[in-house]
Amino acid sequence: MIVSCLRALLSHWRRNPVQLFAYLAGLALATALWSGVQAINAEARASYDAAATTLGEGQYDLLIPWQGDRIPLDDYISLRRSGWLVSPVIVGRLDDIQLVGIDLVTSATGLGTGNVTSVPLALASETLLANEDTAQKLGPLVNVTVDASIAPGMAVGDIGLVQRLLGRDDLSHLVLLPDQSLGQPDLSVIVPSLRIQRAQQVTSISQLTNSFHLNLTAFGLLSFAVGLFIVHSTIGLAFEQRRGMIRTLRSLGVPLRILLTLIAIEMLTLAAIGAGFGIVLGYLIAAFLLPDVAATLRGLYGAEISGTLELRASWWVSGLLLALVGTAAALSSRIWQIAKMPLLASVRPRAWVIATASRFRLQSIIAVSLLSATILLGLFVKGLVAGFALLGCLLIGAALALPALAASILTLLQRYTTAPVWTWFWADTRQQLPGLSLALMALLLAVSANIGVSTMVSSFRLTFVSFLDQRLAPELFVQVETKDQSIALAAFLDLRKIEVLPLSKTQVSITNKPVALYGVRVGPTYRNNWVFLDETDGAWDLVAHDTAVVVNEQLARRAGIWVDDLVQVAPDLALPIAAVVGDYGNPQGQVIVSENLFQNLHPDLYPSQFGIRTTEAPALRAQLVNTADIDNNAIIDQASIKALSLEVFERTFVVTAALNILTLGVASFAILMSLLTLADLRVPQLAPVWALGLTRQRLGWLELLRAVLLAAIVVVCAIPLGLTLAWVLLTIINVEAFGWQLPMYLFPLEYVQLGGFALVAAFLAAMWPAIRLMRTPPSSLLRVFASER
Amino acid sequence: MNVKVIVFLFLWPFGVLAQGFSGLGTGGDGFTMPKPQPAFSFPADHGPHPEYRIEWWYITANLNSPDGTTYGLQWTLFRTALAPGEALGWQSPQIWFGHASVTTPDQHFATERFARGGIGQAGVEASPFRAWIDEWALQGADFDLMNLTANGPDFGYDMLLQATGPLVLHGDKGYSVKSAEGQASYYYSQPFFKIGGTLKLPIGDIEVTGDAWLDREWSSQPLSDDQTGWDWFSLSFDSGAKLMGFQLRQTDGSLYSSSTWIGSDGATTSYADGAFGATPLSTSLIEGKDVPTSWRVTLPDQGVDVFVKAMNPDAWMGLSIPYWEGPVNVSGSHTGQGYLEMTGYE
Amino acid sequence: MVLKFEAVHKSFRDSEGTVPVLRGISFDLEAGQTLALTGESGSGKSTLLHIAGALEAADAGRVWVAGQELTQLNDSGRAALRRTDIALVFQQFNLIPSLTVAANISFQSALSGQVDQTHVEQVVDALGLSDQMKKYPEALSGGQQQRVAIARAIAAKPKLMLADEPTGNLDEGTAEDVLEQMLKLVAQTGAALMVVTHSTNIAARMDRRLQLRSGLLV
Repeated sequence: MIVSCLRALLSHWRRNPVQLFAYLAGLALATALWSGVQAINAEARASYDAAATTLGEGQYDLLIPWQGDRIPLDDYISLRRSGWLVSPVIVGRLDDIQLVGIDLVTSATGLGTGNVTSVPLALASETLLANEDTAQKLGPLVNVTVDASIAPGMAVGDIGLVQRLLGRDDLSHLVLLPDQSLGQPDLSVIVPSLRIQRAQQVTSISQLTNSFHLNLTAFGLLSFAVGLFIVHSTIGLAFEQRRGMIRTLRSLGVPLRILLTLIAIEMLTLAAIGAGFGIVLGYLIAAFLLPDVAATLRGLYGAEISGTLELRASWWVSGLLLALVGTAAALSSRIWQIAKMPLLASVRPRAWVIATASRFRLQSIIAVSLLSATILLGLFVKGLVAGFALLGCLLIGAALALPALAASILTLLQRYTTAPVWTWFWADTRQQLPGLSLALMALLLAVSANIGVSTMVSSFRLTFVSFLDQRLAPELFVQVETKDQSIALAAFLDLRKIEVLPLSKTQVSITNKPVALYGVRVGPTYRNNWVFLDETDGAWDLVAHDTAVVVNEQLARRAGIWVDDLVQVAPDLALPIAAVVGDYGNPQGQVIVSENLFQNLHPDLYPSQFGIRTTEAPALRAQLVNTADIDNNAIIDQASIKALSLEVFERTFVVTAALNILTLGVASFAILMSLLTLADLRVPQLAPVWALGLTRQRLGWLELLRAVLLAAIVVVCAIPLGLTLAWVLLTIINVEAFGWQLPMYLFPLEYVQLGGFALVAAFLAAMWPAIRLMRTPPSSLLRVFASER
Repeated sequence: MNVKVIVFLFLWPFGVLAQGFSGLGTGGDGFTMPKPQPAFSFPADHGPHPEYRIEWWYITANLNSPDGTTYGLQWTLFRTALAPGEALGWQSPQIWFGHASVTTPDQHFATERFARGGIGQAGVEASPFRAWIDEWALQGADFDLMNLTANGPDFGYDMLLQATGPLVLHGDKGYSVKSAEGQASYYYSQPFFKIGGTLKLPIGDIEVTGDAWLDREWSSQPLSDDQTGWDWFSLSFDSGAKLMGFQLRQTDGSLYSSSTWIGSDGATTSYADGAFGATPLSTSLIEGKDVPTSWRVTLPDQGVDVFVKAMNPDAWMGLSIPYWEGPVNVSGSHTGQGYLEMTGYE
Repeated sequence: MVLKFEAVHKSFRDSEGTVPVLRGISFDLEAGQTLALTGESGSGKSTLLHIAGALEAADAGRVWVAGQELTQLNDSGRAALRRTDIALVFQQFNLIPSLTVAANISFQSALSGQVDQTHVEQVVDALGLSDQMKKYPEALSGGQQQRVAIARAIAAKPKLMLADEPTGNLDEGTAEDVLEQMLKLVAQTGAALMVVTHSTNIAARMDRRLQLRSGLLV
């Protein structure tokens, strides 16, 4: 019985391959972008973890210099000889690869931990450990042992070997081992030039890159939702069409329970197959996007992620499960319907009943409540979770409101039409709304998300470019390594009467968070170029007179302080805030004081960075290298920094654009599938109109027009929704997640273009069904009237 | 001497990897081999011998506080070489380990340190004598008067050592044979140290005095493959005489022993395999392992037949090289105290 | 006794209250007998047939099919009975549109796992369906579709065959043909047949005739 029954159930798909395709493809699409994005996120996260593990970041407290990034070996020995249990680390770049040298004998994961087998190996064979990619890049330069657990772009080896490769004899930082001994003297007595950086104070790469991954996840979730719309409507249609078969099966004696079980197994198995395709597709998408994502992350955050994708259970299982749960949810209501359906219920497919009048009303009520919730959340609730709840309410509420809104627009249009064909057209379009509403909602979500995200990204770019102009006013930047160099360079520039902007920098702790303290020379460059978010009158004068500070937005928001509030700059010095400055893309708090005040607070520190104003950058550069003994690599010109920063953004745009196209593609596929599956059921409706004298050609064109028109209604709704979305992302989510607010800019041309894409997508999606209609043989139309049907 | 077995087994791969497998024979690897009939030259031989694979400076002490409580103390600096010789900086093939412990009647504290040679973090200089790793040190103007310090997370000590007798050479003029196949090391001791100072314990500082015993040993050869562990005794009798004896346990159940009888004036009598006997009488369960913590020890030639019992059976050194090392009480034909080290019971 | 009704009552609820449809129906039907059930539209003919076919349950009274009392059976018991002992032919929509004619014909017997291939072939031949076996139902005329439905019913070797206006959708000549073949095959299998019809012509061909009026047999 089960075999015959299954055969009968499955024969439906064989006779309706388009429906089967829609079902599988819907699931595949739902799963694909989601798991693709998750694959990228998982890969990145694994890379960050590997990097953190490799560097010991965030696990151990570190000793780092107050200034610069070099520690003499003698300081290490002094610390050990006074009972400080620290282990030396050297970090440096060899071409594109970050070399990490550790002392396997003292390291926290070395000899003392019982993990001894690898220690002598690495010590004795003078080999670097790196993953396969990195190992290939290192090539014949050095002995490399492949170790997949090493973070991408990094190579780890014995400190002696790494020092030799880097041509250095000093250290970068010291790892403070967890168990210290009795009788340890104060750090300031032994090596005053070092300070302890607590493990939990380190801003990890994964925190830094959260915004980026959030962006990706949002796209993935969106396309998942759209895919599920397709699945939901296909399941609905398939059930409606199989009502007759189900009645026959039951009247021939198939017990209800067996029938329902078989249907559930059938649909879930197909769902698993669809999701399987989706996962393969997701892998391909991820592999395609990964290089650009990797480039963006490297450029924006200096985060290295692996260039090759691993098949990790975390993402493909989650994709599969999500697809199955989504399908099961859509299935359960249908199964419930069959269970409750009288055995001899009507056999005619009720395509127009997919959404009944009462359901329509319910949908509108839910939409109104969700939109009200959106407003309430926006007004009264704070926090990241509330921000996301707000986004969810807004998007779902707007999507659910769409059919009702579209219906009223169509009613209005109908009222103002007198020509009978058009009256019929509007009425017929309105009647079709329920069948198309899921696809239209999907399109609405896709278009508005695209508008929202591209507004956000473009706003970010505009802001960032103008921010770069403010901040990168000096034509040359010079980095010095030692105090002598610093003094010599200052004197050299002084002599030539060149405007120079020395920058001193150190880390301080304000409200228990690490904050960068900068000492600047207040002058025309700062006064003319920096744009404050908020300021008191004569802000720079106050800073120049050592009576106030400038803080960045991140610090201000995180610490809940603003202009005129006090900042504890040093244990015995609190100064008011003269201005708050926007500081985009930087996760860390900053306090800016005059160079004078900085010198008083930290007399041992010297300016390590110099910005130089000059109209003859190349000539001065040559002079600095030849006369002032500055390494050419230590000088960067403004243009190349800007180019580098902007290139990062171009990469981000490539990723965003690719995701835009993919989500729009998914949405137009949803329209195509809805139209195709509705096409057969439309025949009885179109037949009378045809009989009354409208040609099939005319009907076909009207069908096309209908699709484009509905898409136009969707686009009109999507623009305000998308802008609201962008506003929420910029002023709520961004502030809650990253501590800074971005000004919102509008890009009308882009929206027009996007709207155009959506219309074209709808047109293309409607084309096939329309052509099919134009070619429908008159006999099929006639059969509608035959008594046999 | 001491954690020799384990250290040998543990460090063996170092040497193999450093040299490739070509020198796997008993004497190869480019290390110098101990030869019979050595002639030590002091103070130079108090310093390191980097051309030998392994070496140690090893102090154990039995201590008493004014209230009569007994304590034990250990301080060891090990040197092991990946390749013979010394070089400056991180390229040095020498690796140093420090072990320190304090045993009280009911507690045992142990800790360890690691260091690379060549960079100044650890090392030994013969004259003036200085052996150090991190802030731990054994140092003095000469070998007869030295300060000794070590610290762990929950304990530490500061001691002064003063020699009251001569150096003692084991085996044949300091050539100590370790197996029937002839594996051997250079081995001398200073068993006549008076010691005094401060123990830093969680309950507070405790002033103590007592007797200490220093062992110096260096070699290049691992023990035989069939030797699984080691029981080593350094006993100081109330009569003033002392006994050093060890036995190597072999896989077939047989033993290889060696011992030195040290008169109160420092005169020595060395005994070859078989003269010295040590039989476990009872074991204690420590960290899931059965460790013999009371022994019958005999050296019939000197009329020794004593009962040796751990002062605190729980003297397990749970370090990266685990072993048992702690103070013992001696009763029977002779009375006194001493130190016991046992390896290969994990 | 293949079918027995004893004081069967059935009513339906609609917007105006409870509408009695059957008000105490008693009759029985022997193996090999044919019975016509006639009556005006809404007289309860179809409801009576559905109750006999174990598709619906009576409100009161007792019904036996092939010796089993329906009120004693649960859903799966009734499903099993439908599978093995009853065959149904409706006015239309009898067939599974996505299965071929051949699969449709052997479907019910396949459900109970007792396909008698020779028997099926005889039935197919008798109904003149041999050339249609590979087609799908939508490619057949109405008369052919009903022949397929009858073939499926006969192929299942039921004890009780129930037909609800089996020729109601067919023109007169075709209807005559189909009815003729059905009666011949039923006679061969020895099943009992109850036909619901409003055609006096068809009723006249049956062994017995019952007429329903206002929920009672007259």
